[in-house]
Amino acid sequence: MSDRILVGTRKGTFFVEKLGGRWTVRLAGHLGQGVNFVARDPSTKTLWAALGHGHWGAKLSRSTDDGATWSDATQIKYPEGAKYLAPPDPTEDSVAPGEATLRDATLLKLWCIGFGAPGQVHVGTIPGGLFTSNDGGDSFELNRALWNHESRGGDHFTGIGATKVTHWFGTPAAESEFAPGIHSIVVDPRNPQRILVAISTAGVLETTDGGATWRGRNKGMLNDYLPDPAAEWGHDAHLIAQCPAQPDHFWQQNHSGVFYSADNAATWKRVSKPDQGIHFGFPVCADTRVGTTAWLVPGKADSQRTAIDGALFVARTEDGGETWQQLREGLPQQNAYDVVLRHAFHNSDDALAFGSSTGNLYVSDNRGDSWRSVANNLPPIYSVRFA
Amino acid sequence: MATVELTRHLYQFFPQLEGKELVVEATTIAEVVREMERIAPGFAFYVCDERGRLRRHVNIFVDELSVGDRAKLSDPVQPGSRVFILQALSGG
Repeated sequence: MSDRILVGTRKGTFFVEKLGGRWTVRLAGHLGQGVNFVARDPSTKTLWAALGHGHWGAKLSRSTDDGATWSDATQIKYPEGAKYLAPPDPTEDSVAPGEATLRDATLLKLWCIGFGAPGQVHVGTIPGGLFTSNDGGDSFELNRALWNHESRGGDHFTGIGATKVTHWFGTPAAESEFAPGIHSIVVDPRNPQRILVAISTAGVLETTDGGATWRGRNKGMLNDYLPDPAAEWGHDAHLIAQCPAQPDHFWQQNHSGVFYSADNAATWKRVSKPDQGIHFGFPVCADTRVGTTAWLVPGKADSQRTAIDGALFVARTEDGGETWQQLREGLPQQNAYDVVLRHAFHNSDDALAFGSSTGNLYVSDNRGDSWRSVANNLPPIYSVRFA
Repeated sequence: MATVELTRHLYQFFPQLEGKELVVEATTIAEVVREMERIAPGFAFYVCDERGRLRRHVNIFVDELSVGDRAKLSDPVQPGSRVFILQALSGG
């Protein structure tokens, strides 16, 4: 559906609806509360919001009347015994250097929501747990195979065969302790048993058996911040997206550039063009129809997370990242220092929309050729979804 | 019996508690939270994490004193105590 956009912000949920040809914004709930992600389950029509209350913790909210009212859903909780390896803290002079410590897992953040087979809801969290409901969201369970993955040190529930080595690092998006987070959940449209998740900071993992087993999908990835740029783990994916109509095509905006896979995520290729400003950023949209087409909203660099030179543009490729166009019509070209967070850019057929952390929302009805400013005074925007 | 008083913030999540005198049978703070959960399902997860620890930015006072045991909430509650459940202020 291209006529409504669900917007999650630092201070509430908003709907942006196309009424009489005009995009119109209205408050839709959670006023004053942090809303990390809002999405609509296409099978049950339930709306889901991932809230971050600050004082009162992360809470899952849902609406079964299309946003007229919201209520707390069954809350996601880490089960007793869930532990993860945390990197050592700096030590006092008189104390021996620390090693990774096992930390009890508690829910720090609900970060993203994905939908699979009818009635199946997936939620990505910090500190790195994937929770799945098979009953429309009435109950959720931690995916233990992913939680216990060898890349993370193995099974710390039982300790059997577990190591003290984790290749999962953290993300400042945790907002508290430095812990890893699942921000991307891609359910293959051909087979809901196949799910790819992306983790800051670890990389991409895939299951093809509904979550019973997982393997890394990071071949070809390069990073700029580890001794071995081609290490299997430690990649800072910012978002991954799959083309629904040509699902062998995947896109990844990563801390270390833009990556593309034309072989079903078996291998990735860096397609950045840093000299053209196509390298750093958070979101990526894969075209719904053509696998070689994607859009980005680039930022300057990790050391300067703003629009480039005070001018905002969307980058589009139609040839698998070989060439990129800078789409600027309708976007501010002076004194614009917006940054667009990873979930704040989305597309539906020919329509695209993105929101910035400075509360600006832009929409294109023509594949990004031109843009209209729809709102300029929203709270910092975390999430934008057509639904 | 202890009397529980809440920060106004919590009424937005539990409007059914607004204007109610909350008197609970409890000898420890953990029991106070348990009773509040019984009165208002979901309450405990707002105040504590899933391990039962008081959330970092939440304070509980028994009369004038803030609780000492934030992990297990074993601080005693006397008959007639007033228990305040508040958001912690960290400046700003």
